[in-house]
Amino acid sequence: MLHRLSFVPGRLLQSVPVAFGVTLLVFFLAHLLPGNAALALLGQRATPESVAALTEQLGLNKPLWEQYLLFLKQLGQGNLGTSLTYQSPVTGLVLGAIPVTLTLLAYALVLSLAISIPLSALASFRPGGGRDLGVRAFTLLGQGMPQFWVGIMLILLLAVGLRTFPVGGYGETAGEHLYFLFLPSLTLAIAMSPTIIRSLRSSMITVLESDYVGTAKSKGASGVSLLTGHVLRNAAIPTVSVIGVNLGYLVGGSLVIERVFALPGLGSLMINSIFTRDFPTVQGVTLFVALFVVVVGILTDVIYTILDPRVDLGRASSA
Amino acid sequence: MTTVTTLYAARRARRSTAGSRSLKPWYRNGSLVAGIVIVGLLVLAALLAPVLSPYDPIKQDLVNALAPPSSTHLLGTDKFGRDVLSRLLWGARVDLRVGFIAVLIPFVIGTVVGGVAGYFGGWLDTVLMRIVDVFFAFPFYVMVIVLVFVLGSGEASIYIAIAAVSWVSYAKIVRGEVLVAKEQDYVVAARLGGLSHARILVRHIGPNVLSQAIIYGMSDIVMDIMAIVTLGYLGLGIAPPTAEWGSIISDGQEFITTQWQQATIPGLAVVVTSLGLSWLGDGLSDLLSPERRK
Repeated sequence: MLHRLSFVPGRLLQSVPVAFGVTLLVFFLAHLLPGNAALALLGQRATPESVAALTEQLGLNKPLWEQYLLFLKQLGQGNLGTSLTYQSPVTGLVLGAIPVTLTLLAYALVLSLAISIPLSALASFRPGGGRDLGVRAFTLLGQGMPQFWVGIMLILLLAVGLRTFPVGGYGETAGEHLYFLFLPSLTLAIAMSPTIIRSLRSSMITVLESDYVGTAKSKGASGVSLLTGHVLRNAAIPTVSVIGVNLGYLVGGSLVIERVFALPGLGSLMINSIFTRDFPTVQGVTLFVALFVVVVGILTDVIYTILDPRVDLGRASSA
Repeated sequence: MTTVTTLYAARRARRSTAGSRSLKPWYRNGSLVAGIVIVGLLVLAALLAPVLSPYDPIKQDLVNALAPPSSTHLLGTDKFGRDVLSRLLWGARVDLRVGFIAVLIPFVIGTVVGGVAGYFGGWLDTVLMRIVDVFFAFPFYVMVIVLVFVLGSGEASIYIAIAAVSWVSYAKIVRGEVLVAKEQDYVVAARLGGLSHARILVRHIGPNVLSQAIIYGMSDIVMDIMAIVTLGYLGLGIAPPTAEWGSIISDGQEFITTQWQQATIPGLAVVVTSLGLSWLGDGLSDLLSPERRK
């Protein structure tokens, strides 16, 4: 078991240049601003004093390499700069918004699985049959609908029409969070499940054709017991990496969906900051999200190895 | 074998593997035909928007604001009294045009980078793929939104932002294809024949690896249209009052309880567009590389 995880240090080392690249790219965003960045950011609020102060704060008056080193040094101390609108540390704002976004992501993932597993099973038992076609239509539609529009349609049907769910907000208690976050999570789950279903359906079909499933069937396993006891565990393995790769997509979607449902997470923080031209906050959220995706990539590889004894990433990369 | 015959063999092999390999004629390919019909009709509607639209899409008529659907305004009017149907048709012009153009730049950049990385390998490949990994860490929407913010809103920023994010996918796909193709006999033959790397890459490997990138491009247009519509919805895309599907949905969301069709119909237009493009992509994939289909 443990020796199979020996690839982890190497994998971490491999992500170091990627993480540096991410910081470099985020750092250079400030220099893509047209003309004098400080002036561009302040817009109509600009006075010679405020421009000078912001230039100083962003360190724009120093040589480029020095600016980057300063940026890295502050990052190492967990300092993402000071928000221009809130006049408080960006790190605090980001940390405050993380729980909302993470809960939304986890909830959406659970709902995606709750949708994908039964639908994949339904589709894979008789490929090409009526149910399979129905599931195929769902995946086509699910991928073809803009996520924010799905959210609006769910609001229209379930919140405005049937009055079963709130149109937005986050609630106060844990129970309320689950209730308030249901529609936004469902929205994300509808967008995410087509990808999961495609992978799970095809791997379930492969597993269902294998000899050991035939043996299980001949011993009387069928329906749900066959599915949970024999098929799912093996069919799930390739799907784990598909989910890992697409988690970035889910994160991006969640930022937009937070806007639709007025949730106080990272997405709302980022987009509100864009409207107030609060550059340090936009930069901080972007950096956090990208580093999060890098970490998720590593975690996916680890989970993949634990789930499937046949996978040996350490050997694969050294071969 | 002389150089000339080696070259000839390489050329024939290239010819026979490139291009159409499908067994059935294109018009018997259901997805392809459905895709062509739907996308064709949408493009036609967009091109003919000035003729088809009953009203000027940006002309305000505040007396008639928020009129319900009727024979004069089939989809009603928005809060400025603008005809929603006309805005929908003119919106197709913007969304389809930007979507189709946006796919070209990343296609070219990604294909060149992926081709070079896969063909030459070594340290160049390592460096280029690390750069790809860096860009891959940024979720699509995050990068697009941030870049449009930094570059300022407008069509040019949208093209640059989308190109900056989506070239990596083409690079990965083409690199993978080139890695396989460069071991094939026809490439080895071309190399033995003394052809330059550039010529082998462009004329011999190119035609054989492009089909996967083109097939991916179809689904990428869908992604791009989604991004444009999403940016429009967030108020970061094409500036108002230009009609664009995302901003029509955003305008309609305010009045969802009384005027549900305003937010619903433009979304359906996006759904139809993406279905059409998906089918077109499926059909092309059948046509260009039937051996990959089950």
